[in-house]
Amino acid sequence: MGGRDTDIVLLDENGIRSDGRKVNETRKVSIKAGVLKNANGSAYIEFGDNKILVGVYGPRDVHPKHMSDTNTGILRCRYHMTPFSVGERKNPAPSRREIEISKVIKEALEPAVMLKQFPRTAVDVYMEVLQADGGTRCAALTGASVALADAGIPMRDLVAGCAAGKAADTIILDVNNEEDQAGQADLPVGYMPNLEKVTLLQLDGILTSDEYKKCLEIGIDGCKQVYEIQKKALQDKYFAKGDQNNG
Amino acid sequence: MTNEKNRHVIPGEVIVSGNYRSEQNTFMEGNKIVSSIIGLSDIRDGNVRVIPLTGGYIPKDDDLVIGKIISHSAMSWQVNINSCYDGMLPASDVFGRDFSSHSDDLTSKLANGDLIVARIVNSDRTRDPLLTISGRELGKIDSGELLQISPSKVPRLIGKRGSMIQMIENATNANVTIGQNGLLVISCEDSNGLIKAINAIELIEEQAHIANLTDKVNEMLESKSE
Repeated sequence: MGGRDTDIVLLDENGIRSDGRKVNETRKVSIKAGVLKNANGSAYIEFGDNKILVGVYGPRDVHPKHMSDTNTGILRCRYHMTPFSVGERKNPAPSRREIEISKVIKEALEPAVMLKQFPRTAVDVYMEVLQADGGTRCAALTGASVALADAGIPMRDLVAGCAAGKAADTIILDVNNEEDQAGQADLPVGYMPNLEKVTLLQLDGILTSDEYKKCLEIGIDGCKQVYEIQKKALQDKYFAKGDQNNG
Repeated sequence: MTNEKNRHVIPGEVIVSGNYRSEQNTFMEGNKIVSSIIGLSDIRDGNVRVIPLTGGYIPKDDDLVIGKIISHSAMSWQVNINSCYDGMLPASDVFGRDFSSHSDDLTSKLANGDLIVARIVNSDRTRDPLLTISGRELGKIDSGELLQISPSKVPRLIGKRGSMIQMIENATNANVTIGQNGLLVISCEDSNGLIKAINAIELIEEQAHIANLTDKVNEMLESKSE
């Protein structure tokens, strides 16, 4: 952060970014629901060059038993990067960063998932980053909420994730890896579009309060775009074949 | 009252707003009724519910389930009912009221691995659901073919007032016991009938969301009867 020196031009004079996008354009997102047979619910998401596989189990028995709560179900999330997900081999042991991201994703999903209906059980969400290119926490969050819906776990709303940030003194949507490394700020947003509530908000870097407001605004706009793709992924799996069900 | 056609909904989608009652798999948000699950909305007499298309089995009172004995203590059996909660079958339900943990051996009636047809007596989620096997058509399963389908597709297999399952039973002479938890036992003396019934059930499981499924299944059952 803080604008490291680099030879990459983050934003050219025509307002085009290093990967050819406009300032308020997200990367190409594609989601497929129900890709794993053995998990109760699953999703595969490609968010630009990020490739993430999510598997959901549950509700199921809690082990170890002392973690269970008699008033509500619990949500457990594991965000993990495979050794081959980045340029230099990543040690597969959970790092400080992965533990943090697991925690923030869990807290971003909790307001959406209605766990009160399943006391003494756990819902486990496993997110494997197969390929990383900046903004994996938002992509993992987006995929996780599709996988939870696919598992049939009651939810108040889907949670969509998208980051906004600042690079080359300009507010941009959906920060990629280069812009994250060389840019000035990164603001990941998790958002429930129907309830209009923010569930994840982090900020790495420095923004003035006006910049912050703008960043959050376009971040939420990005989430709404991502939500449409989430919706389509679920509709494709469940409602694509055949007609309305009335037989 | 309105009786709107089924609509496809996903979690967070508003089904209807106004003066309606929120039922299964929905919740209120202001005066809007929102779906909490992927499924088909169903509005009837001002009650709004969503029929799920995915998800596991959650025990409900009076449900008929098929379970497998997984262990027992001195007073009860633990039964796997294909749910996040294990069923509990008290020994007194099988041995009667004069059951004594000293003189009666639980394994003499039901051993680990035995399959039972049971009814859920009480399920309040604070404790494991209580089962009973005393009643007509309940008890230990001695023979038949065990099949598992997704619990969310059970209503489709049964059909409106049992129309679908009756059609299969009539066409194949099979006897099908359906557990609400997605497990079923088929018994049929004729092996062709058995295979046909299994194929029909698999077809329903595969294409549960398609309209006019009854006709399709009927066609299939008739085509192979020659």
